[in-house]
Amino acid sequence: MLTLNINGRPHSVEAEAATPLLYALRDELGLNGAKFGCGLGQCGACTVLLDDRPILSCITPIAVTQGRQITTLEGLGGIDNPGPVQRAFIAEQAAQCGFCIAGMIMRAEGLLRRNAQPSEQEIRTHMRANLCRCGTHMRILAAVRRAAQAVRSARVDAPPTQDARR
Amino acid sequence: MRLRRALLGVLSVVLLGAAGFVFFSRQPALPAMQPASAVSFDRALIAKGAELALIGNCNVCHSKQGGAPYAGGRPLKTPFGTIYATNITPDADTGIGAWSETAFLRAMREGVRRDGAHLYPAFPYDHFTKASVGDLRAIYAFLMTREPVRAETPNNELPFPWSQRALIAGWKLLYFKAGELKPDPTLSAELNRGAYLVEGLAHCGACHTPRNHWGAEANDRYLGGGDIDGWHAPALNGASPAPVPWTSEQLFRYLTSGFEPPHGVAAGPMQPVANNLGMVAEQDVKAIAAYIGAMLGPATANRRPAPAAPEARATSRPAGGDVKAANNDGAIIYAGACALCHEPTGQRFSAHGIALTSSKVVAMADARNLSHVILEGIDPPKASPAALMPGFGAAFTDNQVAALMAYLRSTFSDQPAWSGLEETVREARQSAREP
Repeated sequence: MLTLNINGRPHSVEAEAATPLLYALRDELGLNGAKFGCGLGQCGACTVLLDDRPILSCITPIAVTQGRQITTLEGLGGIDNPGPVQRAFIAEQAAQCGFCIAGMIMRAEGLLRRNAQPSEQEIRTHMRANLCRCGTHMRILAAVRRAAQAVRSARVDAPPTQDARR
Repeated sequence: MRLRRALLGVLSVVLLGAAGFVFFSRQPALPAMQPASAVSFDRALIAKGAELALIGNCNVCHSKQGGAPYAGGRPLKTPFGTIYATNITPDADTGIGAWSETAFLRAMREGVRRDGAHLYPAFPYDHFTKASVGDLRAIYAFLMTREPVRAETPNNELPFPWSQRALIAGWKLLYFKAGELKPDPTLSAELNRGAYLVEGLAHCGACHTPRNHWGAEANDRYLGGGDIDGWHAPALNGASPAPVPWTSEQLFRYLTSGFEPPHGVAAGPMQPVANNLGMVAEQDVKAIAAYIGAMLGPATANRRPAPAAPEARATSRPAGGDVKAANNDGAIIYAGACALCHEPTGQRFSAHGIALTSSKVVAMADARNLSHVILEGIDPPKASPAALMPGFGAAFTDNQVAALMAYLRSTFSDQPAWSGLEETVREARQSAREP
């Protein structure tokens, strides 16, 4: 029995240690945000965050996630309270069929958590690992730029810290 | 050890300095010229120069990541400090726009800048000197017809005494022999062409030959394996670590497509080289492959036979009660992350990974390349449309990568275990690019 820390909560799973994280998320825990695309780490539909960095959950055995923080799409917000990156993807209508979008959002989230002011080149390089077969790349890129803007202004709008008020 | 290094350093200053001043601390400056107009070069000469520049890999060092081609700025880390590749576009102020052909030929053949200062041998003029004047003129025509890019080259980060270019004069006396490579009448035309390219413009030895204390290639270990950018450039002679001996035909396909089963993919610093060679005349790459094939020697004599095909391994195993052990168990990580693509008995698909028994990075004595491949993955070669191996740098901790590497080494090679793996992985991660 292994324990996975997902979206800030511990979850026990019965799966064997070598089981890919994606299978544990979807089959045991009902967290269906991450999608099964190729199952070979080639398409990015299964992207989640491990310690704030994007990983391909279909080729990541749950053994290596022990004691580390996993963030899935569900951890960014739901239908009633979408997070800034999710809102940006909705605002830009970035989804065509939508299958890749969960992974795209998680990949973008991983970028913005480390770098809220990515250049166009940084965005494109970072998002390269995720594929979209419908061809909505331009809208996806627009959504990432919008999300970066939203994350930045959220920081500007945030209540000032103790230091700033002084 | 420190004292010895310090003494060596002092000794080096005295010896090289004295030798340098006896020789020439500086060559005469050559006059600046107006930028050559593109029409003054013959189209065929420019096209020939384009191919030779690809074989010479000028673009690899003289372009930085995300920067304009040939505009320089790429850092080259050496044991002496960091040297920045210069802007070789025809910009008059920051590039070589004011360089006459005479100045260019002198730089390539003698390692001297237009202003007369000696060039550091990080610029491999010890190889380029072997090229013919006709070939060098073609490269000049190609470079001078590129788009001029204004890009100041950063200052080198070399501590004293290495910051003193006069020392290079002494270095040249000891280790530099100018002169074009003449064909060996006992060799075939193809092998002579291969030797000319490998030892000259392609400068394979700059990475694949180990260097001595003074940064010169150790000629007694020619193509015996060297270092570049935190990777090991494996031996291309009888000391090759490849578990499956290379043939010249395989080398040709590897060098032009970047991928040749069963050997694998041109990764790390070799990938841009294969990308370049995929764009030049086939007979030149065939000549390079024939020459390297001859250096590697016949496939049978005193070369290690390929290990027997592995037994099918269990691709999943129970964690048992010990969660801590599962966390750092190389076999479990292999089963969950690698087996799907790399198990010979596993699922087959178009981008199937190579059998790790034939992997040179698992079999070689130097563990750095395998740690780079696991952390960073492998980008697809230019000729391939498919995605390739993803990197696991974000998924695995250093200890997990080390555990996986130890498992791969003991399972897929007949070589002794690596030592100090955690340290190797930590250093590889520091020098790795972001995924």
